[in-house]
This record gives sequence, C-alpha cells and structure tokens, in this order.
Amino acid sequence: MAGRRRGRLSVWRFITLRLLQAIPVILVVITATFFLVRIAPGGPFDSEKPVTREVRAALEAQYRLDLPLHRQYLSYLGDLARGDLGPSFKYSGRSVNELIAAGFPVTAELGLYALLVALVVGGGAGIIAALKPHTAQDYLPMSAAMIGICMPSFLLGPLLVLVFGIHLDWLPVSGWGDISGDKVLPSITLGAAYAAYIARLGRAGMLEVLHQDYIRTARAKGLPQWQVVLKHGLRGGLLPVVAFLGPAFAGLLAGSFVVETIFQIPGLGRFYVQAAFNRDYTMILGTTVFLSVLIVLFNLLSDILAAWMNPRLRAQYGRH
Amino acid sequence: MPSALFSALPAVAIALLLSACGTGESNVVSGNRDGILHYGNGSEPQGLDPHVVTGIPENHIVRALFEGLAVKNPYTLEPEPGVARSWDISDDGRVITFHINPRARWSNGDAMSAHDYVWSWQRLLSPAMGAEYNYMLFPVKNARAFASGDITDFAEVGVKALDDLTLQVTLTERTPYFLQLMDHYSTFAVHRPTVEKFGGATNRFTRWTRVENMVSNGAFRLKEWLLNRRIVVEKSATYWDRDRVRLNGVVYYPTENVVSEERMFRVGQLHYTQSVPLDKIPVYRQMPDSPYVQAPYLGTYYFLLNTTRPPLDDVRVRRALSLAVDRDKLNDTVLMGTVVSAYSITPPDTLGYYPPKLFGHDAQRARELLAQAGYPGGAGWPGLELTYNTSEDHRKIAVALQQMWQDTLDIEVSLANQEWKVYLDSVTQMHFQVARRGWIGDYVDPNNFLDLFLTGGGNNNTGFADPRYDELILEQAPRAATRRERFAIFHAAETRLMQQMPIIPIYTYTSKHLIHPSVRGMPSNLMDSLNLKYVWLDRQWQADGGGG
Repeated sequence: MAGRRRGRLSVWRFITLRLLQAIPVILVVITATFFLVRIAPGGPFDSEKPVTREVRAALEAQYRLDLPLHRQYLSYLGDLARGDLGPSFKYSGRSVNELIAAGFPVTAELGLYALLVALVVGGGAGIIAALKPHTAQDYLPMSAAMIGICMPSFLLGPLLVLVFGIHLDWLPVSGWGDISGDKVLPSITLGAAYAAYIARLGRAGMLEVLHQDYIRTARAKGLPQWQVVLKHGLRGGLLPVVAFLGPAFAGLLAGSFVVETIFQIPGLGRFYVQAAFNRDYTMILGTTVFLSVLIVLFNLLSDILAAWMNPRLRAQYGRH
Repeated sequence: MPSALFSALPAVAIALLLSACGTGESNVVSGNRDGILHYGNGSEPQGLDPHVVTGIPENHIVRALFEGLAVKNPYTLEPEPGVARSWDISDDGRVITFHINPRARWSNGDAMSAHDYVWSWQRLLSPAMGAEYNYMLFPVKNARAFASGDITDFAEVGVKALDDLTLQVTLTERTPYFLQLMDHYSTFAVHRPTVEKFGGATNRFTRWTRVENMVSNGAFRLKEWLLNRRIVVEKSATYWDRDRVRLNGVVYYPTENVVSEERMFRVGQLHYTQSVPLDKIPVYRQMPDSPYVQAPYLGTYYFLLNTTRPPLDDVRVRRALSLAVDRDKLNDTVLMGTVVSAYSITPPDTLGYYPPKLFGHDAQRARELLAQAGYPGGAGWPGLELTYNTSEDHRKIAVALQQMWQDTLDIEVSLANQEWKVYLDSVTQMHFQVARRGWIGDYVDPNNFLDLFLTGGGNNNTGFADPRYDELILEQAPRAATRRERFAIFHAAETRLMQQMPIIPIYTYTSKHLIHPSVRGMPSNLMDSLNLKYVWLDRQWQADGGGG
C-alpha cells in the first residue's frame, strides 16, 4: 500500500516537472516565431496594388504595428498571458482565438479518425506479420506498409478520390460533415502513412515480445494462440506503438494541411499555411503557440501511457 | 483460425468505414430544383465589409449582398440603374446627380437615402479607416485631400445629399469611367446604424458583417457563414427589383485547390468553378456540349524591365528582348492556347479601345538591335536575372523566355523564384532586372492600365519617366470631349510607352470556368463580371439526360 502511494506521488511529480520544463520551450517557440516572421520580407499589407502611405499608416496603427518591435513583443506576451491571441490581419473582424476555435475541432476530429485508421489497419497488419515472420503473411502486409510510407498523401488522396469518388461513385470527393461519408477518404488518406509506421513498429515490438520467456511459458501452459497474442503479447508488443502515438497525433494535427486542401476541409491546417503566405502575423504566432502546446502535452501523455504499460519504466520513475 | 481473424481486421475496418456511404443527390440536381446556385469561389473571403475587403472572391459575395448606385449590365458592361433610378450629368461632365430609387430598401426594411452615401463615402475616405480602395473615389472633388488628412471637414468634399433621394457628386474633372466605379464595392453604401452599433464608423474589428448582425441592400442577404466551408446567401425580400431575381440563393465554396474544385464539378457538387486546371483544359475542350468557357479578361501578363540599371537602361536591349519573344508559340505550347498574345499593356476591346501593335516576333531585328547596343551575337553580355513569384505556371513561362532569348540572341538569362511577399517586396523596391507582373483592371477603361506608368507611380516599378506621356494621360485625356477623342489620346500615349518598352507584354488574361449547362444568364465579359439578377437555373435541363 505504501509503495503504491509513493509511486503515484512520483508520477504527479514527474508530470509537474515535465510541465515546468515545457514553459521555457514554449517561450522559445513564441520568441523565435515572433521575430522570424518579422524578419521575413514583405508584410501583411503588401499587395500587388500598393496602398498609399496614409492608408498604410492607418492600418499599422489599427494593428499596433507602429509601436517599436520590443513593445509589440511585450504587449503580445501580455495579451497571450490573458489567453488573447489578437486579431487576425487577414480576416478582418475575426480574432485568432475565433479562427482556431473554428478550425481546430475539425482538424482534431480528422486526426482522431486518421489515428483510428492507423491503429486498426497498422496495428492489425503488424501483429499478423509478426505471427509468421519471413513468410508471405509477413512480407505482404510489410510491403504494403512500405508503399504506404513512400506514398505521399498528395498522391494517395487524389488516387482514392479518383477510384472511390469518381469512378465508383461510392464516396463524396470533398467536404467535411456536409454529405454522409465525406469523412471516410480524408481519414484514410491521412491515416495511411501512420498506419504503415505503426505496422512496422508493431511488428518489431511483437516479434521481440513473442520470443520472450514468459510467452514460451504461456504457450507451454497450453493457452490457445489468440490468448497468448492478445493477452500477453499485445501489452508488451505495442509499447513502441504507444510511445509513437503522442508525436504521431501531434504530427497529424500539424500535418493535416495537405489532406485538408485536397478534400476542402475547413480545418486548422489550411488556416496555418495560408497565414504564413499572407504574413498574418498574429495568426502564424497563434497557431504555432497553440500547436506547440498541444505537441508538448501529447508527448507527455504518451510518456505517461508508456510508463503505465511498462512495469520496468514504472519502477524507474518510482525511484525518483 | 486466429490468424484468419487477424487478417480480417483491416478488411472489417475498411468495410465499417465504407458502410456510411452512398453519395445521394448531387448539389446540381437539388440546386436546379430549389433554385440554388453552387458556386466555386476560389478562397475564403477576408471579410464582407465593402470598405475593408480588396479581393476577387470578396467581390463576388459582396456584390450579391450589396448593390451600387449604378451596376454593370453583364452583356454590355455599360451602367444601368441600381440603387439610383437615374442620373443626370452636367454639360462639363463634372456634376453628376443621382436620383435614388424610392423603393430601394435595406434588408431590415429601412428606406435607402442619399445620406447613406454621404456617410458611407466619408467612412471610406476617412484616414483612420485605412481603406485600401479609397482611391476609387479620388475623382470626387477634394476626396484625395480629405483621405490624406489635408482637409478635415467632409463638407468640402464634392458629395452632397440635396434631399433624401437626390445625391449630387462634384468631380475634379470630367471622369468618363466614374459611373463604372459605382459598381465597385468600395463605393457601396453601408447601413450606418448597424455599423455604428457594433463598434463605430472606422473600426475594422467589428462584428457587423456577421450573419446575425448584417444589414445589406442587395438582391441577396447573408444566411450562413461557416469559415473555410461555405457562405450561403438567400434572396432578399426587401430588394427593390426582387421580382426579377430568379435564384433563391447561392452557396459560395472556398475552393482554394483548383484540382479539388474540378473534381467537385465533375461529381456535380458545383455549378460553376472559379478556374480550371491547365492540364484538364484539352480534355474539356473536346467534350460535346463542353462546360469549359474561356473569354478574354481585363488583365495583362507582362514583365517589368528595370530601366535604371544596365543593360536594360538601353532601349535597344529592351526592344531586342521583347522582339525575341514568340508569344504565339508560347501560347500554343506552354499555355495550350488559353490566352491571347499581347503586344501592349491595355487589353484589346477595352470598351471599344484597341492598343497599338508596334512590333511582332522578329528574331532578325532583335539580333540587330542587340548588336547595335554593343552585344553582337551575345558577345560581352553581362548576364540578366529574371525574377518571378513561385508558381509552376510562372516558372514554365520564365523557362520558355529564357530558352527563346538563348536561342535567338545567344544570351544567358538566369531565373530566380521568390515567395509571393518576398517578390512583392523586390518589385516595390525595384530590386530586380526583369520581373514578372500581372495587372487586373478595376474598371473598363484604358486609363486603368495607362496610369500605371506615370512618372513615379506606385505601380510603375520600371523607372519609366516621360513628361509628354504624363501630360497626355493627366492633362489631355480628361479634357477630351468625346470617347473617340479621348481614346486617340490614349493611343498616342500608349504608342510612346511601347516605343520605350519599359515592359515586355506577354498575354491578355482569359477567364476560364467550368459552367454547368443548366446555368443560364451568365454571359462572358471582359470583367468576368456576374450579375446574379440575370442568372437562372434551367429546371428542364435534367430531363434532357446527362449527369455531372
């Protein structure tokens, strides 16, 4: 009882420590982004038809760009501390908070479905391959995984659309939540590359575990194959996959831009990339800060999950 | 058994995902039945406030929601009544009196008045507003002085409400294209009580354009606005000419990716696309009843030459470069015949005006000119850099030019691509030798192209300076009594421009759309301008058979 208690406390300490470590990381991200976007040539009010000096001055005053750079930086940090990411330069009358609130749920949902696709397809393929290594049952799914890793989403997406959207006419070619079934193709497209990674990670993990003594013991006890694999093998075998999940989900969120563009999905990724092209300073900063916080959180989450699944790691944290 | 279970897993997962399918009725079919036009609009608008926005996608939606004093007829591009039932122009062309239609209403039922325009134009011109298109009203007396803060009393600006329904506008000088500007969204009226209620006249950060707040005066009213997803407008019940509006609504899609947009059209999700992927054009052209519609557009694609730096400070070098370009070949090969070769800046048939054509493709003459300039056969050529903004289409053209110059003149030209904002910076600062440029007209008049090259003009960017040219454009053209006389002056000016060749014109743009055969009343015109009042959807079309 005492031991468990001590262990749990340490987990909290571990989380707190990691969160504290995250603060300087995020500050560096904010500072670097803030100054980098200002250094980039061109500004938010440059356009093919240049505006008059008076108009530019008025715009800069409305967006506080007339202040010295360090004062802009400090006032941005001040606003940020209050959770205010400022007004968008591009979308007049909209705040960055509002734009993120509109785009993020869509991107998160897409990321979640893609992750599900990746886990089910990739995890399944990895386990199947590990059961009979160096046979067709191994090579087939692993070759498919290799193709999945190599095939970029800007190729896979249009291919899927061509086959299932246009030729077979089974699924909508674009949109998100407008026509039933329009979420299927984007989720598969985004999930495919991750499914491939998970298949390879899962196979490697399962192979290692299935050669462990305790698996042999389980087999020797006469347990049926599926029980050995699902009850004993899975927990250890999928550890590398779990460690990969945090960064993968963060990557899905940040990298969904291509899929969002192909399928006309109103997610955060499109806003993010458009903001960079438009020099929408506040929007670039806002999305960068938001995504870096998410990435830090997801890494932490997958560390905790991995520790919970791995008794050896749990013991290690307990010692601190 | 167990391994079979596992092999089935991915298949089961896919089957589960697919189970929610069946695409059902297409937008085109339901749209034709309900009178709803599904419109690919290119991108998410930056906003819907007519005095704030500046882009083409914004223009499409704002002109559905609002209406100007006079609007362009989509067939002739000549002005016809909008909010103003009629107008009188004084003999010297300087005073225009608009008579507001007494039936003109805001979408909340308020009557429109001349005072709406006085207040709205003051808003547009207020220095604090920072309206990028405020120069649209600069022909109005003292408007420029008010916008730059030189005068602060708006009463001195040439716009007066003589009574509720009479608006008198005084111009600095005769401006034949002024009526056209009344169909530009920057000159539209906004609803004063609404704008003031949500944050004041010159505040750009207000919520007055949101669905729940917006009051507008056009044929349609805002119904739904989902960011990066769609904007829906519905027929307005208060619009003065509502009996002529045949559509019940329009859905605008932010179709940023042209390839995705084409796919949406192909499966019947769109009636109309904003553009067409270049490699799909030959396929669509060969279709019977092709939905592909191409027409000349009021824009010119050209290259800026920095005349302040050698070797381009020599007019012979500039002319050699321009003569060495085979525009027709470029159009036929790289551009698949989708443009019109251009030899000057103003697009042909700009309200009946045709620009001079002083030269054509002439390799022999180009070589002679280059030799005269001191680079016979390319000997001693100091090198040249061509700058363009990153885009596959611009790259193809730049490479073709590079090749033509190499083959014809035996000279080296290097290519530099720059990201859009970097490129804009280079052009404005004149940090380039040759730079790609495009200009799209705001109104149909040669002046809109020719005033680019006034000495020191913000869009000149070439160092071209010719006092005689300035005089023709600024002094003589405005005094011309007839359109014909005025066009003759423009022709003389444009001839001077092309003799000096500070630019290399390449082609006149074309508008390229896929338009579903059920869409009617949407003629092609030089402005690519759509008047939704004329548009209707043919319900019978489906009966003739045919899918998407």
